[in-house]
Amino acid sequence: MKDRILQIRKDFPILQQHVNGNPLVYFDNAATTQKPLEVIDAISNYYTTQNANVHRGNHSLSQLATTYYENVREKVRVFVNAKSSTEIVFTRGTTEAINLLSKILAKGTIKKGDEILVTEMEHHSNIVPWQMVCEEIGAILKVLPINTKGELELNKLDELITNKTRVFSFAHVSNAMGTINPIKELVATTKSHGIISIIDGAQAASHIPVDVQDIGCDFYCFSGHKIYGPTGIGVIYGKEELLNQLPPYHGGGEMIDKVTFEKTTYNVLPFKFEAGTPNIADTIAFGAALDYVNELGIEKIAAYEHELLTYATGKLMQLEGMQIIGTTNNKTSVLSFVIAGIHPTDIGILLDKMGIAVRTGQHCAQPLMDKFKIPGTVRASFAFYNTFEEIDIFIDALQKSMRMLK
Amino acid sequence: MTIEEIKDQVIEEFAIFEDWMDRYDHLIEQGKELAPMDIKYKTDANLIKGCQSQVWLYASLDDKGNLMFQADSDAIITKGLIALLVRVFSGHKPSEIELASINFLDQIGLKEQLSPTRSNGLYSMIKQMKLYAIAFQAKK
Repeated sequence: MKDRILQIRKDFPILQQHVNGNPLVYFDNAATTQKPLEVIDAISNYYTTQNANVHRGNHSLSQLATTYYENVREKVRVFVNAKSSTEIVFTRGTTEAINLLSKILAKGTIKKGDEILVTEMEHHSNIVPWQMVCEEIGAILKVLPINTKGELELNKLDELITNKTRVFSFAHVSNAMGTINPIKELVATTKSHGIISIIDGAQAASHIPVDVQDIGCDFYCFSGHKIYGPTGIGVIYGKEELLNQLPPYHGGGEMIDKVTFEKTTYNVLPFKFEAGTPNIADTIAFGAALDYVNELGIEKIAAYEHELLTYATGKLMQLEGMQIIGTTNNKTSVLSFVIAGIHPTDIGILLDKMGIAVRTGQHCAQPLMDKFKIPGTVRASFAFYNTFEEIDIFIDALQKSMRMLK
Repeated sequence: MTIEEIKDQVIEEFAIFEDWMDRYDHLIEQGKELAPMDIKYKTDANLIKGCQSQVWLYASLDDKGNLMFQADSDAIITKGLIALLVRVFSGHKPSEIELASINFLDQIGLKEQLSPTRSNGLYSMIKQMKLYAIAFQAKK
């Protein structure tokens, strides 16, 4: 990766920009990643040469668009190693994916008095949909806590799981800390208790190879925009047997088999869950993003990002008053931190003045911030197009900011 | 001094700084110099929504009918921003505050901070101050 970094950076036009008079240092990759030209061009090409509605027309353009669109489903299948592309459902993103799952599971699978388990490190999008379900049907939300290193307290799992537990929904990787959870172990526990497992893979898919058959989970969700693809496209992998049993989510075109005013029967998988005209252009561009990532290789990406993480962690630790939030050994390239006596927002404002984009705040994980009793963190998150030089610039800017704010 | 005169004074003060760092240093100074807020007003009810940091704002009328603001924040740049606003608006008639323009922020190089989507909440602070001004006029 290192020897190709200059070439790789050229593939991402936005990285050549200046922000506030300084070359952009983009360290907010956990929020969204930048897009290579291949992805940008795919959107433009689609509207220039392929645009037609999918799955409907017999005309050539519609057939072409459908082929490109369905090719991406197959690419996603390969990417997560699902058994069949019918197990790949497209959504707008991970948030919609979890909302979809929570709503359809609330129609008969989760009943009054049942329990739903999440973890203390979840993003709001894996908390709030379940709270809504709990309110609606009288189910109970339970929470697996974390320790001070930001790791799940696995020894508490046994006491939290009861014969009422129906669903365990958890992050593969924590968005605020980068902690990689032992998902195979967690899934094995759910299996032994007959609990449905849902994995929020939003922060994992761009860093860790995902093999859903090996993991053994029932559902795995992730977003296109966090893996160098466009916004507005996401994925649910779901076991075919379960998807077949579950009721549809939205009603409309595409998702039906036969409609009469008396009774409607639904389409086969995955179309049963994809009502209406889908986000065709972004789906096709998402395919281009997967091609790009596959060409580089997720393992190589992960190895390089780990080098960046180690280098930046070492530099950060030398700064006075530094506290890193999330100190497990097993983490993705996310560095969340607080500095004694300085509000994260202040650091974010000053870093921005120096052209550095980081995220500051609660990272849509307020319960986690409450746990650490902090108002938020500064989060720098790295991607394969970031460099060691950028980390030096960041550390230098951070020291300048600290001097101004002390 | 009128609101306009104070604004001119602030613009003049900031004009001597060519470098953004000096401007922000001065802004941070404003925050440090802000009169402490009476602890009894640092309540959740007085928190301004829309800020990533906590910002408390309280207003009352003095015996001359001038609106007096008290504010605080746990983030120092944010505190500098609210201190600047308190300096400009506090001690004036509610009607003057309601009508006062905030164009001086452009001229001191802080316009970039003034967006509804910015996490510092400057936009929300100004809105809240103007709302106080309107509310106190309605009370009369």
